Amino acid sequence: MATAQDVVAGRLRSRGRPAFDTERIVPVLLILPSVVLIALFVYFFIGYTGFVSLTAWRGIIPDYTLVGLQQYQQLAELERFQADIHNTIVFTVLFLAASIVLGFSAALLLDQRLKGAILFQNIFLFPLAISFVVTGTVWRWIWNPTNGLNVLFERAGLGFIKLDWLTSTETALYALVVAAVWQMSGFCMAMFLAGLRSIPEELREAAHVDGASWLQTLRYIILPLLNPILLAAIIILGHISLKIFDLVFVMTFGGPGFATDMPGLHMFIATFRQNLYARGAAIATVLLLMVAVLIVPYLIWTNREERRS
Amino acid sequence: MSAAAIAPPVRRRRRGLRAGRAVLYLLLLLLAVFYLLPVYVVVVTSLKSFIEVSNSTPWDLPTAPTLAAYGDALAKLGRGFFNSALLVVPATLGSALLGSLNGYVLSKWRFRGSNLIFTLLLFGMFIPYQSVLIPVVNTLEQIGLYGGIPGLILVHVVYGIPITTLIFRNYYAAVPTELIEAARVDGSSVLGIYRHIIFPLSVPAFVVVLIWQFTSIWNEFLFGVTIASDPDQQPITVALQGLAGSLLAQYQIQMAGSLLTALPPLIIYIALGRYFIRGLLAGALKG
Repeated sequence: MATAQDVVAGRLRSRGRPAFDTERIVPVLLILPSVVLIALFVYFFIGYTGFVSLTAWRGIIPDYTLVGLQQYQQLAELERFQADIHNTIVFTVLFLAASIVLGFSAALLLDQRLKGAILFQNIFLFPLAISFVVTGTVWRWIWNPTNGLNVLFERAGLGFIKLDWLTSTETALYALVVAAVWQMSGFCMAMFLAGLRSIPEELREAAHVDGASWLQTLRYIILPLLNPILLAAIIILGHISLKIFDLVFVMTFGGPGFATDMPGLHMFIATFRQNLYARGAAIATVLLLMVAVLIVPYLIWTNREERRS
Repeated sequence: MSAAAIAPPVRRRRRGLRAGRAVLYLLLLLLAVFYLLPVYVVVVTSLKSFIEVSNSTPWDLPTAPTLAAYGDALAKLGRGFFNSALLVVPATLGSALLGSLNGYVLSKWRFRGSNLIFTLLLFGMFIPYQSVLIPVVNTLEQIGLYGGIPGLILVHVVYGIPITTLIFRNYYAAVPTELIEAARVDGSSVLGIYRHIIFPLSVPAFVVVLIWQFTSIWNEFLFGVTIASDPDQQPITVALQGLAGSLLAQYQIQMAGSLLTALPPLIIYIALGRYFIRGLLAGALKG
C-alpha cells in the first residue's frame, strides 16, 4: 500500500527535478557552518596536536623540527608519566566500581516505590549539577588531616582511622576517588533507575508467580536486561575518568609527589607551565587514544543499533 | 486461577515488605548522609567567623552565625560571577541554535553521508579537550580572541555543537515526517518548515539543551584556566580556584565562595531537575 510519503514523493518526482534543487542544497548549507567548525576544531586540531607531538617544540616559540616518536619514547621512560598511567588505571577502576555499586544500590532502593523516594533521588543527583571545582574545594576541606573527617573520627572514638588523607602518597588517590564518586555516582543511579523503570512489571510478577525469590528475579531477570545500561555507564563514566582534570587540579594538583598526577593534568602543566609543547602534545595524543579505544566502538555500536531499529 | 487463590501469598509478601521497609529507609538515609555531608560542611563553615573557623571544633554549628564570609566571597568572586554570566548566555544560545538547525537537517533532511557526519560530530563531545588545546590557544591568539570571554564564548559554542545536535536530532526524530511532507506539498521551503513547524515544536528540547549547556559552561574549568589569561576576565570556577589558593586557611570564605559558584546551576537543578536529568542521560541513552 502506498503511504502518504510515497504519494508526495511520487508527485514531486513527476514534477521533475529543478535545475537548482533547493531541497537538497539548503539542508547542506544549514549544517555547513557546524560541520566546518567541527572539522577544524576537532579533526584538524587533533591532527595538529599529533603533528606537534612529533616535533621538538619546547619554549614559547614554535619549533617544528620533526624528531619522530622521540617524545613518546621519552614519555615511556618518564617517571611522572608512568605514575600518570598507573594512577589513571587505579583511579578509573575504583571510581567505576564504586560508582556502579553505589549507583545500582541507590537505584534498587529508589525503585521500591517508597514514600519520599523522589526526595532521596534529588539528593543523590544534585552533585551532578555542581562544578568539579566546587566539589574539589569542599572535599579538600573534608580530607584535610587537621580539621576534616579526622576530627569527626576522633570524637566518635574512631581515632585509629585517622590518616593523612590528601597529604599522604598512600591515601591521596583514594581520597580523590571518594570525591569523584560523590559527584558522579548519581549518574549511574539515574541510568540504572531509567533501566529498572523500563522493565515491564509483568516480567517481575511472572517470575514471582513461578516461585522465583527476589534475589533470583534480580539475578536472572533484571540484571541481564540491564547489561546494555551497564555497558553505557562504564563507557561514559570511564571516559570522564580518563579525562579527569578539574578535580585533581583543585584537590591535589597531582601531589603529593606524583601520587595523584593524571595525564590530563600533566599535559596542562607540561604545556602551559613548563612550555614543553611537544611533550604536552604527546601526552594529549596518548590520552585521546585511550579515550578513543573506549568511545569509538561505542559510537559504531550505537549507530548500528539505531539503524537496525 | 481465581483472584482469591493468589491473594494470600500477596498479603504475606506485603507484610514482609513492611518489615523490610524500615531497613530500606535506613539504607537510603545512610546514602543521603554521604551525599549531604559536603552540604553540611559548606553551610556550617561559611556561617562562621575566621576566628571560629580556626578553632578545633570544625564540625560544630557556628556559635555566632555571621554572613561576613559571604560578603568577602562576593567581593572576591563577584567579578567572576559576572564574567561567567556574560560568557554563559551567548555561548548557550549560540550552541543551542546551531544544534537545533543540525538536528533538524540530520533527522528530517537526511542525505547520503549524513549519518556519517552525525557520528563524526558526536565524537567531538567525547574527546579530551587537551588534545585540541594547543591549536585552540594558537588560533585564538591569531584571531585576537585569546585572553578572555570572547575566546571562551567561541570555544564553548563550537564544542557544544555535538551534544546540542544529538539532543535536538533525537527530539526531532519523534516529530512525524507527515507534518514535513504536508508542508512541502503546500510549497514550504526547508527554512520555512523549520521556522513555522519545527521551531515552535522545539520548546521542550530547547529547555533541555539550554539547561545542559548553561550548567556545563558555568561549571567548566579547563578552557577557563587556559584561555582566560586576563585575571579580570576569569570565569567564576577559575576565580574560586584562585581564591582557595590565596586564602589558604580562610575556609569560611572558600565555602561561601563554593556555594556562590554552585548556586546558579543548583537553582536550575531544583527548579527544572527533570530536564537536567534528560540532558544528563542524552549522551548515553538513545531517543
